[in-house]
Amino acid sequence: MILDQLVNGLALGMVYALIAVGYSLVFGILRLINFSHGSVYAFGAHMAMVFVGMEYGIVPALIFSIILTGMLGIAIDKLALAPLRAKNSKRIAALITTIGVSYIIQNLLMIVYGSETKFFPKLFDYGNINIGRVSIGTTQLFIVGVSLVLLVLLSYIIKKTKIGLAMRAVEQNHKAASLMGIDVNFIVTFTFFLGGASAAIAGTLISGYYQVVYPNMGFLAGLKAFSAAVLGGIGILHGAIVGGLIVGVSESFAAAYLGGTYRDAVAFVILIAVLLVKPTGLFGKKGNIKV
Amino acid sequence: MEKKNYGTHKLNHIVGKIQGAMIKNKNIVIALLITLVLALPYIISSQYVLRIIIMIGVYSILSLSLGLVTGYAGQVSLGHAAFYAIGAYTSAILSVNYGISFFITVPVAAMIAALCGLLLGLPTLRLSGPYLAITTLGFGEIVRMVLSNWDRVTNGPLGISRIPRPSILGIELTLANNGLYYLILIFVAITTVVMLAIVKSKMGRAMMALREDELAATMMGIRITYYKVVAFVVSAFFSGLAGAFYAHMIRFIDPNSFTFDTSILILSIVILGGMGTIKGMFLGSALLISFPEFARFLQAYRFVVYGVVLIMMMRYRPQGILGGQKKTEYKLPKGVDVGQSKETAPGKTGESINTVEEGV
Repeated sequence: MILDQLVNGLALGMVYALIAVGYSLVFGILRLINFSHGSVYAFGAHMAMVFVGMEYGIVPALIFSIILTGMLGIAIDKLALAPLRAKNSKRIAALITTIGVSYIIQNLLMIVYGSETKFFPKLFDYGNINIGRVSIGTTQLFIVGVSLVLLVLLSYIIKKTKIGLAMRAVEQNHKAASLMGIDVNFIVTFTFFLGGASAAIAGTLISGYYQVVYPNMGFLAGLKAFSAAVLGGIGILHGAIVGGLIVGVSESFAAAYLGGTYRDAVAFVILIAVLLVKPTGLFGKKGNIKV
Repeated sequence: MEKKNYGTHKLNHIVGKIQGAMIKNKNIVIALLITLVLALPYIISSQYVLRIIIMIGVYSILSLSLGLVTGYAGQVSLGHAAFYAIGAYTSAILSVNYGISFFITVPVAAMIAALCGLLLGLPTLRLSGPYLAITTLGFGEIVRMVLSNWDRVTNGPLGISRIPRPSILGIELTLANNGLYYLILIFVAITTVVMLAIVKSKMGRAMMALREDELAATMMGIRITYYKVVAFVVSAFFSGLAGAFYAHMIRFIDPNSFTFDTSILILSIVILGGMGTIKGMFLGSALLISFPEFARFLQAYRFVVYGVVLIMMMRYRPQGILGGQKKTEYKLPKGVDVGQSKETAPGKTGESINTVEEGV
């Protein structure tokens, strides 16, 4: 029973981690809470649903969804946020802009696809595998596997590639990075693409797990993933992963032992508790304030 | 790009001109406004419109209270609907279950909300920026979940219905006899007076100082945590007041009346109206609360339009409609000479000091 819940929680947590990475990447570079990320995730799930409906198979559907959602991420940056950066606006202006973007995406999804809950086929379901007394669904294994591969890929991109180096440079100092010949705007756009793409994968995986898709699905998932990102120390990749796992596991334990009604509150309770002890999150570094 | 900038300047110019004219004839404008506000229910015969106006009043109180925290003290709170909900539920439960009069439950509800503000504020206000934002957001969600799960007290997702209307000396205040309208008017007036008193006092200046630069404020000996907590508690108090009124006006509340969307709506009003202003809160509430009603012809698209309006606003006038427009000239104390030559351009001395735009 406990191990079952643990497996459930880990699968859920991996997906939260994927969404959380999107928050974390954008926050790292722009110091901005991207409130539109939840609806981007819902958009990804809807796109996957549409392409699955066309029956090309799940893998092409996933790829299409990744590309389209990544493009949406780029569009958000180019249309809504880049002009604000060019004007050197306040941070809160960007925050409100992302809220506006989220309203637009969510309501357009509602208008185009209807606000009701829609069916999504189960992904990669080959029954359960029993190890001792624990039975693990292949869907869960698939979720963990795909998320793990993606998270490793993302870490590789950020830690080892040239563009990742540029991203880290921009994260530390926009101006200095720009002086070193880095195209800061391109890096920010690329970050939004990565965020959108990982949200699309998370959306597809979760829809395949719960078998439902609806326009508001991004709201709570987005909030919890954001809590996960802050929990681990926002802007830090492995922090987002650990945070996601903690949120996922505690949620599935809460659902099992406290009843389903409080499951959604657990993430926030843990978040507040951690922030009170360590205000920068688990792995966060204390920023220096220069006078 | 230049054309757009020109448009913004023109808009700024027009807004400035209107404000200038209003300031010049201040007494007349105020007298006219008071008469208009008092006579409003006799001018408008439709109860539907009056109801919207009362809701504008409720949101004015909410945005004034959030305005103190966000606009003046510079702390972004994303969970203000929680205090609104606590006020509404406290007052509703007391009057439905124990039959206590509205005029006793309202201050109690506001006090309980303020107490919750203190309990949340004391530990969390040493956080800043996104961490504070997400904590308040989490608080909002926790309150909503408690409301929908604590069945014994809050009646869970079914909500509380048949909340009695407020009554004075046996006369029930309703929409039809304009009682509710004048009641909210009194509440708005009280809130405005308290906010003005705070903002114009030493406390208000301390809050603005910590909004502009926390570090510098600390250096000047301002106890920043203390002022943050005070702002939070006062803000929670008035949000609770608004909630209590709302419960007795609508007469039915459920957890879905106080979602994250409500918090965002209040924050949008504060930002649209202009952070760090009092007038802006009224204008912002009037615009954003009446917008969905005016935009009914857009039907499903009205929230898309709402999003577009928010984005456009942030792009072309991020300080809000009435923000960043301080018209009173800054006077240096007597005998202080900053070494400016007499030949300074005449426009220079009259230039407004932009306190809001630089901050946060």
